[in-house]
Amino acid sequence: MTSGLDTVAVATQDPEREQPWAELGLKAEEYQRIREILGRRPTSAELAMYSVMWSEHCSYKSSKVHLKQFGELPQETPVGKMLAGIGENAGVIDIGQGYAVTFKVESHNHPSYVEPYQGAATGVGGIVRDILAMGARPVAVMDPLRFGPLDAPDTHRVLPGIVAGVGGYGNCLGLPNIGGEAVFDPTYLGNPLVNALCVGVLRHEDLHLAKASGVGNQVILYGARTGGDGIGGVSVLASETFTESAGGGTGPAKRPSVQVGDPFMEKLLIECTLELFAAGLVAGIQDLGGAGLSCATSELASAGDGGMHVDLDLVPLRDSSLSPEEILMSESQERMMAVVEPGDVEAFLAICAKWEVDATVVGEVTDGDHLQVDWHGERVVDVPPRSVAHDGPTYERPFARPQSQDTLQADAAEALPRPDTGEELRATLLQLLGSPNLCDKSWITDQYDRYVQGNTVLAQPHDSGLVRVDEHTGLGVAVSTDCNGRYARLDPYAGAQLALAESYRNVATSGARPLAVSDCLNFGSPEDPAVMWQFAEACRGLKDACLELGVPVTGGNVSLYNQTGETAILPTPVVAVLGVIDDVTWRVRSGFVEPGETVVLLGETREELSGSEWAHVVHDHLGGRPPVVDLPAEQALAGLLADAVRDGLLTSAHDLSEGGLAQALAESVIRHGVGAAVTLTDDDPFVSLFSESSARALVTLAPQQLPAFLEAARTAGVPATELGTTIGDTLEVSGWFSIGVEELQATWSATLPAALG
Amino acid sequence: MRIGVVTFPGSLDDVDAARAVRLAGGEAVALWHGEADLHGVDAVVLPGGFSYGDYLRCGAISRFSPVMEQVVEQAAGGMPVLGICNGFQILCESHLLPGALIRNERRRFGCLDQRVRIESTRTAWTSRYVAGEEVTIVLKNGEGCYVADAETLDRLEGEGRVVARYVAGNPNGSLRDIAGVSNERGNVVGLMPHPEHAVDDLCGPGTDGLGFFTSVLRSLVS
Repeated sequence: MTSGLDTVAVATQDPEREQPWAELGLKAEEYQRIREILGRRPTSAELAMYSVMWSEHCSYKSSKVHLKQFGELPQETPVGKMLAGIGENAGVIDIGQGYAVTFKVESHNHPSYVEPYQGAATGVGGIVRDILAMGARPVAVMDPLRFGPLDAPDTHRVLPGIVAGVGGYGNCLGLPNIGGEAVFDPTYLGNPLVNALCVGVLRHEDLHLAKASGVGNQVILYGARTGGDGIGGVSVLASETFTESAGGGTGPAKRPSVQVGDPFMEKLLIECTLELFAAGLVAGIQDLGGAGLSCATSELASAGDGGMHVDLDLVPLRDSSLSPEEILMSESQERMMAVVEPGDVEAFLAICAKWEVDATVVGEVTDGDHLQVDWHGERVVDVPPRSVAHDGPTYERPFARPQSQDTLQADAAEALPRPDTGEELRATLLQLLGSPNLCDKSWITDQYDRYVQGNTVLAQPHDSGLVRVDEHTGLGVAVSTDCNGRYARLDPYAGAQLALAESYRNVATSGARPLAVSDCLNFGSPEDPAVMWQFAEACRGLKDACLELGVPVTGGNVSLYNQTGETAILPTPVVAVLGVIDDVTWRVRSGFVEPGETVVLLGETREELSGSEWAHVVHDHLGGRPPVVDLPAEQALAGLLADAVRDGLLTSAHDLSEGGLAQALAESVIRHGVGAAVTLTDDDPFVSLFSESSARALVTLAPQQLPAFLEAARTAGVPATELGTTIGDTLEVSGWFSIGVEELQATWSATLPAALG
Repeated sequence: MRIGVVTFPGSLDDVDAARAVRLAGGEAVALWHGEADLHGVDAVVLPGGFSYGDYLRCGAISRFSPVMEQVVEQAAGGMPVLGICNGFQILCESHLLPGALIRNERRRFGCLDQRVRIESTRTAWTSRYVAGEEVTIVLKNGEGCYVADAETLDRLEGEGRVVARYVAGNPNGSLRDIAGVSNERGNVVGLMPHPEHAVDDLCGPGTDGLGFFTSVLRSLVS
């Protein structure tokens, strides 16, 4: 074999050549289907494209039968119709005043386990390019993270690297990191979760979509050069093509399968792309992420009205030894592909040159209906693009509620021994306050720039991040991400709804009105019917709850196979909610502000301890049923909070979630060192303090505002209980215990530095 | 008064610096690194960020940009120049200021609301403060540890050129808690913390940083 190039002509002449489809992760019937689509065997380059585009990661083949129900939700928010929805790089919603917002959360779990810094960094980079590709300026990021136990050695390997990667990349892009989560649970040991969210802002008229239309339009690849990183499994093709025999020495060197990020290049790409948009030079655009050029070319061509021709020899390379298959599959970061009218090419290239960004015409839109790719003058790909991008396999994976679920639900935490003296209650509060999931996370969040761009109104540790969109009108958006995987383990339907409810509530406590949802569904293996049942139930729960709350799912991401051996992670449907506030100066923060204010608990407290942080920390217990979902109560609470914030009634607001009232009180006291004297109204102080009933919030207000607020709560149908008053520097729970601010602060803030250095 | 804000490839806080100039009552003028032209501005801010990714020594590439030739030349003539964070690093690399900024002692990027004491009010950028005044402004850096040899440090102290010092804890290991220094004349100031992030109660820890920008406007009038 001299060149060994597997062209379309060779494939036609040599139809029975053995191909490594199994090594590339394809099933026999999938390979057969490719042959049927093409009417011949695929070339090795085509096989590379199909195998990566039909992978679980790109095709959602196990999940899409469940995801399609999100498309049945009304495609509108309380403000207006969605401008772009599921299937685009990210959903776009109208927030009024001519502005639109796009946001999305995605996973980068597996790479972050293999190489924590680069895995997390490129996770941020990928989601930012998705947002950019919609025509938006990225304005903020958030990172929901999950790790194994804080004291596990592997957590000390992955956590510092992941946090440094998120910070190293995001900080260098100049994007404020305004929130996120850090959750510890044994099931994430060996499978940490790195989810990354980005929010972008655009004017309505700036919306751009990923499509290649207009015969003769030029296809421009710009940004970083293409290298051999992130090509993973395709190396089997490379060795087939370029080596005479097994073990032959002429193949390309082994390269890391995790991509390496260059945030400086991404920063240039952002500014350059926004200038290209502003100059009106972009007819269609797509970022290069998973599956690289395979994905970008097939998706652009598939969404357009013609075909596309690409000359791979024109792709600028970092490594001249790359094969065509590798070039098509490379996941080198910081690249974008644009479709540009011929008359605009010169201006396009000039703007790229200004930003010192490499840009190269690599192809054009054709009048055919095929995606054709040439290498060294010979055709190596000739496929219907839709068959690559959208006609991948769909699996109806079997799913079944496992019988063990009954045993799990029967083992309620309400039956566990409880503290009952004041001293015991006090000790329990402190034990929870310093536990990994409830303690101060600033060891992590202080490594992120939260101030850059100058529009961050709220960031961690507040309930949601809030950024100003318009400096003159004060229009702003709030975002929160939440999920309690233990609730989802106990009942995936309710657990997904509780994740939505908490995120929705967190947006409302800042004073914003929740508008839309993006989700990142992290689960174990879809080949396990019990896991698939969790997934199906979570999707159903989320869809039903979105319908009831009137918020659409605008897009999201699915990550499966998150398990170590037989042990799947807790089902973790992370739900991001975005809300709008007409004037960010109304915003309310989450800590007590000054003594002498009235403390009010909103919502109803029931005896709900199963899946709670108390059961987890004190008893290492997971069983029973999660808190009851009450969506009408969530909606009423959110409406009351937004109205009260707008009317200037509140001085602070904090949602109640993990750790219940005890944790909310402690955090509110710690924030500004202002204490509170409260009286518990329930008969059982333990339930009052540690139950995790949903649809609750803690607010403070000046005493003279109380009658008006209580009247508003009554009208809204939200139970309001006056708990007490803010005071000097102590948290006093009348008749039971008191704790000084300093002890609360010290307990809360000591945990992560002690563990991580 | 027109104050230029330079954008280098990888500058991040240029927008914030321009906003701070406007809030102080000045006119912000965008300057581009590749242009050897200051467009007649009265003063220049080199903003924070990661110019050229900070892949090489921070500021080491930016100092060679065409705009810096002009900045160095006009600084010698007395034009006020403020370098913030990455801008401070560029000023050190350009030899407009002595010393260097190296990796934080704790080897981590840190973003916090930092207490800083204004030590010298004799510079173009600090005249509106009272000597010894403590302010809270944002600090965010990975390589903000100020170092210089003992002789240089003694000279800076002796000549009143330590402009600001960290109080209530040294966040990055800077020698003698130094947060900012000036040149002999006091027109060129380098500052590790970010006053431009503390100009608006809503989006920062108060307005303590505004004084840097109002100071230069006053110095230009007088």
